[in-house]
Amino acid sequence: MTKVHDNRAWWLVLPVFLLVAFSAVLPMMTVVNYSVQDIFDASTRVFVGADWYRQILHDPRLHDSLLRQFIFSGCVLLIEIPLGIAVALTMPTRGRWASLCLIVMAIPLLIPWNVVGTIWQIFGRADIGLLGYSLRELGVDYNYASNTGDAWVTVLVMDVWHWTSLVALLCYSGLRAIPDAYYQAARIDRASSWAVFRYIQLPKLKSVLLIAVMLRFMDSFMIYTEPFVLTGGGPGNATTFLSQTLTKMAVGQFDLGPAAAFSLIYFLIILLVSWLFYTAMTHADQK
Amino acid sequence: MAEIRLQNLAHSYSPQPRQDADYAIREMDHVWEQGGAYALLGPSGCGKSTLLNIISGLLSPSEGKVLFDTREVNQLTPEQRNIAQVFQFPVVYDTMTVYENLAFPLRNQGVAQARITSKVHEIAEVLDLHPLLQRKARNLTADEKQKVSMGRGLVRDDVSAILFDEPLTVIDPHLKWKLRRKLKQIHEQFNITMIYVTHDQLEASTFADKIAVMHGGQIVQFGTPRELFERPEHTFVGFFVGSPGMNLIEVRAEEGGVGFGTLHLPLTKGLAAKLPELADKRLQIGIRPEFVQVTDEPGTGGMATEVVRVEDLGTYKILTLRLQGHLLKARLPEDQPVPRGEAWVGFPSQWLMLYADDRLVEERR
Repeated sequence: MTKVHDNRAWWLVLPVFLLVAFSAVLPMMTVVNYSVQDIFDASTRVFVGADWYRQILHDPRLHDSLLRQFIFSGCVLLIEIPLGIAVALTMPTRGRWASLCLIVMAIPLLIPWNVVGTIWQIFGRADIGLLGYSLRELGVDYNYASNTGDAWVTVLVMDVWHWTSLVALLCYSGLRAIPDAYYQAARIDRASSWAVFRYIQLPKLKSVLLIAVMLRFMDSFMIYTEPFVLTGGGPGNATTFLSQTLTKMAVGQFDLGPAAAFSLIYFLIILLVSWLFYTAMTHADQK
Repeated sequence: MAEIRLQNLAHSYSPQPRQDADYAIREMDHVWEQGGAYALLGPSGCGKSTLLNIISGLLSPSEGKVLFDTREVNQLTPEQRNIAQVFQFPVVYDTMTVYENLAFPLRNQGVAQARITSKVHEIAEVLDLHPLLQRKARNLTADEKQKVSMGRGLVRDDVSAILFDEPLTVIDPHLKWKLRRKLKQIHEQFNITMIYVTHDQLEASTFADKIAVMHGGQIVQFGTPRELFERPEHTFVGFFVGSPGMNLIEVRAEEGGVGFGTLHLPLTKGLAAKLPELADKRLQIGIRPEFVQVTDEPGTGGMATEVVRVEDLGTYKILTLRLQGHLLKARLPEDQPVPRGEAWVGFPSQWLMLYADDRLVEERR
């Protein structure tokens, strides 16, 4: 008996295919198209091959903001991941306090990004902001608009304030999923609380931490709104990250060709780093 | 190594228990002797896990005492009591190797390195874990993981008892038997008190020398598997142990015996003499399906029944019979012909038990 294949079922995939085509593939191909041409106006365009890529890869502006971006994302991960785990560990496990904590933790996540920027912009001002004013009264010379170090600290603290909750909530749910038997067994084995964390909690949190690291890396690597509202990329270019450089190039100077090449390189970097994180974390201690 | 004694022990999860139903464990006295292999058998919700957690120290009893030898341990934690416990789901430290898992309790106690190595190898040998010692624990199968968690209890020299909380639940059926044998073997080799909680009578009777059957927060019988089978002291034991369980028929007291429907069943003199004292109690007779005598002709003293159903279980058959409106199970050996339509049954007096308010009535001697 021969098997009958009814290939008409493939038509059912069509809506998804169309959706992906219009939402991802076509815009992406448009960018690819721009990145290999020099466009003067709607009818005048010249094919330039890899010229824009070459130019972008040697552009010191890109180098500087890429370096700043990596430092920023690195700091974000180094602060938010351990802090998030620590917060999750100290949160109460049940009762009214647990619900209250969850709500308080969720609030920063619900605030629109430009509002977060505005909040901190005002908060840090020395004349009307609580933080800036208090610091000035305490004799600290703090000014995020003119001092590079202060600007960096403010942007970082703002991101930590905004996003540590996400890591904490993910870890909290991960911790709740560990059966009691593990803790009981650890007590019977006389494990110290550090050993409980190191050998039970941390290994069990691995999969949520993978998600947390990936999300925080991607989001922080693409950060735009908050520093744009808070510092506008300044002082000078001190807090101008990749996406802001890109926006200046594409929208400010209307250099569509280089900007398209920039976007693709940007995209590939995110893809590559995420892949590295993923591989490193899933292949660690597999024997 | 210790004898574990429960004295006037009771436990309630509610802060102000008023009636029996508020208690997960109703007041009991019990002794687990040093070196015994015991099973705690009962359906889910009967309080057996609560009792186990009280013995191990994960839970503090609301009333009464737990004594290890003569020392009261109520306030002591599991680690202070030197209890090892194996849980329903295997608990292993995922990121450690099997060797490190087994060494972990010893390292925490600060045992010398050389001693750890020799002890771990000894236990790995016993549990057949030797080839796996350098493997990461996370990649083991469920039964291997369960052996590792048992091993962590066995490596310590100082354990007073090892408690098992339904340890074979997640193990494949064909491996269960092997692991049970292993446990038995370990018990014989190490002479440690072992208490094994289960709801599976087969598991209980292959592992344990003596079984405590729990029902409604109480131990209703403590005896060898044979005693539980032949002389259930409580109707629950009759019903729960054995497959199918004991036939129980509600009866009324009559002159020289008991009756139900239109039938009169004579009892032995000793039992019949006790009937007047039991006037206001609920009486039941119990007989195991294995002991019901079935014939296809009336004979002498046979009671007429209607055959309702025959189940062929391969090596034997289970007959469901209707006797005076009561359904009765009888186990028929494979070579005995199956009666059709009608059958006559007899209850041999040495296997006929009388229960008053669910408790076995002992014969007056």
